[in-house]
Amino acid sequence: MSALRQIHKVLRCSSNVAAGLSRNIVPIFNAARCSSNVSSDHPSMFPGAKAPFVSEPNFTLPSDYSPIPIYRVMDAEGVVNPSQDPNLDRDFVTKMFRDMVLLNTMDKILYESQRQGRISFYMTNFGEEASHIGSAAALENRDWIYGQYREAGVLVWRGFTIEQFIDQCYGNVADIGRGKQMPVHYGSKDLNFVTISSPLSTQMPQAVGAAYAMKRKPNNDSIVVCYFGEGAASEGDAHAAFNFAATLSCPVILFCRNNGFAISTPSHEQYCGDGIAGRGPAYGIATIRVDGTDVFAVYNAMKKAREYVLRENKPIVFEAMAYRVGHHSTSDDSTAYRSAEEIEIWNTTEHPISKLKNYMKKKGWFNEDEENAFVKDVRKQVLKQISVSEKKLKPNWREMFQDVYHEMPEHLKEQMGELEKHVEAHPDFYPLKNFKA
Amino acid sequence: MNKYSKNLLTFFKNIKNLPLTRSHFTYFPDRNVKKVASHGVQKMNMFQAINSAMDHALEEDGSALLFGEDVGFGGVFRCSINLRDKYGKDRVFNTPLCEQGIAGFAIGVANTGATAIAEIQFADYIFPAFDQIVNEAAKYRYRSGGIFDCGSLTFRVPCGAVGHGALYHSQSPEAYFAHTPGLKVVVPRGPIKAKGLLLACIKDKNPCIVFEPKTLYRAAVEQVPVGSYVSEIGQADILRKGSDITLIGWGTQVHVLLEVADLAKKELNVDCEVIDLVTILPWDRETIANSVKKTGRVVVSHEAPLTQGFGSEIAAYIQDKCFLHLEAPVKRVTGWDTPFPHVFEPFYLPNKLRCLSAIKELMNY
Ligand SMILES: Cc1ncc(C[n+]2csc(CCOP(=O)(O)OP(=O)(O)O)c2C)c(N)n1
Repeated sequence: MSALRQIHKVLRCSSNVAAGLSRNIVPIFNAARCSSNVSSDHPSMFPGAKAPFVSEPNFTLPSDYSPIPIYRVMDAEGVVNPSQDPNLDRDFVTKMFRDMVLLNTMDKILYESQRQGRISFYMTNFGEEASHIGSAAALENRDWIYGQYREAGVLVWRGFTIEQFIDQCYGNVADIGRGKQMPVHYGSKDLNFVTISSPLSTQMPQAVGAAYAMKRKPNNDSIVVCYFGEGAASEGDAHAAFNFAATLSCPVILFCRNNGFAISTPSHEQYCGDGIAGRGPAYGIATIRVDGTDVFAVYNAMKKAREYVLRENKPIVFEAMAYRVGHHSTSDDSTAYRSAEEIEIWNTTEHPISKLKNYMKKKGWFNEDEENAFVKDVRKQVLKQISVSEKKLKPNWREMFQDVYHEMPEHLKEQMGELEKHVEAHPDFYPLKNFKA
Repeated sequence: MNKYSKNLLTFFKNIKNLPLTRSHFTYFPDRNVKKVASHGVQKMNMFQAINSAMDHALEEDGSALLFGEDVGFGGVFRCSINLRDKYGKDRVFNTPLCEQGIAGFAIGVANTGATAIAEIQFADYIFPAFDQIVNEAAKYRYRSGGIFDCGSLTFRVPCGAVGHGALYHSQSPEAYFAHTPGLKVVVPRGPIKAKGLLLACIKDKNPCIVFEPKTLYRAAVEQVPVGSYVSEIGQADILRKGSDITLIGWGTQVHVLLEVADLAKKELNVDCEVIDLVTILPWDRETIANSVKKTGRVVVSHEAPLTQGFGSEIAAYIQDKCFLHLEAPVKRVTGWDTPFPHVFEPFYLPNKLRCLSAIKELMNY
């Protein structure tokens, strides 16, 4: 049994964790569930469960399980637990910090640009920067990513450029997705980031299938990471993904971004029980829960998870706890369902960027002037890119008929021809000047 | 506004702003409002009219429940606003994020005879619930020999183009459900109809789906009767009488066709009869056949793709029943056989010009 699973078992069986029982205690069955009334040493022979018999009809209650604890390395002041310090060098930590700041800065401007009617839609990543950057930094770029939509930081880490982000938001000729999808539906073959799809959770069983296929490649050295929200985890596809990952033994990290909200629905209306992590062991999956506002906690846990997944060819459920600081999207006003004071805490002391900044200050790695100049420079780049991307034409409108199939079937050729004739006859009616000829 | 946003504002002022979308239709409000006894009318947009319908339903029927994703705080389109406060959170509530769960749960509620009003947040996200709706809701009565049913169940489902919704916030999936015996499927064209149809569906003894064109929630404003009333399911509306050609549509497309009828009169001196089909299943074959027998020409228009769109069914029926009356083939003007694209939406939609070209073609046939 792996260490992770052992720890897990201990935690879930002992009601004394809070009282400080040490972590390396030998796993024993949950007292509430099995000690007093076990009537036989022989486990059952039922194919569906290996469990002892008991003589009392006691329910196992949700409260019999202790919550899975939250792994944390750094506090709000940036003080790191020395035994858990990943000891990353200055350049690496600076890249982490700057990528988080870049994402945050770009988000602010693109959000505002939607308010100006320049792009049709946007979603910010505020408050979740550390879970994106911490996890991406612990992976190899050859690992495949299946995202939900709020994981732009993973792309930032891998080198997706400001130009690529903004061209996608405009759906212009340079958009990799050829103007087909709404803003923030990024994808990159080069960066092994599978194109985002709006229907929730559909990527989850897909990620599991990809991991299975990867496992079968000779000398496989890649894993799959699937990001999803705690809201999306309520979909049937999430169940399918967990169960397939476990039963088919797939090297995939099922990374839940638990930011407390699914649009207006708070997590306490989304599920009872111990979050998403609490489900992992029930599916037979090794599980870890981390402070998603602590970039080092995410990094360490992800490193360990990657090693485990690759070594064992088994999945991990990874739950990163955070708070969605921004509105759900530009279509949402979250003040209709939560208080400004609540948001404020997560936007200040509990903000992942603030924590990492405090850490860097302590290390003497933070130079106020240099960082201000960095932010200014990013703002300049983003604003400049907006004006450039906005001027780029949209793809030729015939692109609409491309990639429906591998080869365009006859009926689509006919429809395209019909539209060609129609547009030629009425050129003034169509916004042709905005589209590539 | 902070200094930061102000700077941005000035920055943005200096670069040319491209119009993101131009609305592809002009709204034609219903004018002949049916009087509802003892109550007046009030100006409402479509989400307010739907809100008013659900208010009546919850008021009149203590068993009625209203639920779906984010329904508690009013729903992402504001249709259920204030109803949780008024009727309590045991009757108006958020569900977990799971469409198959919403549909199955709604069926169970209706099995007991209680009334279920379930919202699916977008038509594009109804597919996880397809099995529950198609295999379960639609077939409950039939398979149990009539001893069990879920007739007191209504799904409300925002659908259709909005200008920038792309693949997954624009679809019109009515045809998938029209292929399912046991369901009733309706599409309102505006506030008055939305309220009456929703109340009719809630009272109907069969599972119903109301596809609500989301672009009309705010854009469509009418004088809506304040009291409770029903609009008949299965009854098409002739919105404009004409003798030369029949134009058939539903939802937002009705307004495109009404404008096209004006253009056809002005530019071609053609008299169009415009029919809102209103109900996709079971549809009003008689009104359509009578009109086509009179005009001899017909255009059916919908946003959904051409192949196997509901227009196909209408065309097939017309050639069967009106063959000798036809002066020209039945013409369909629809979305293309592609997914619904983002920046190409102006080229995708069956706009007024494409409809007008079809009329010209049929008149010159
Ligand atoms: C199948 C499906 N149903 C509904 C939606 C509409 N929707 C988009 S995002 C969202 C909330 C998702 O919340 P969560 O998974 O917690 O992620 P977060 O937005 O908090 O990052 C909903 C309901 C959708 N995109 N797909």
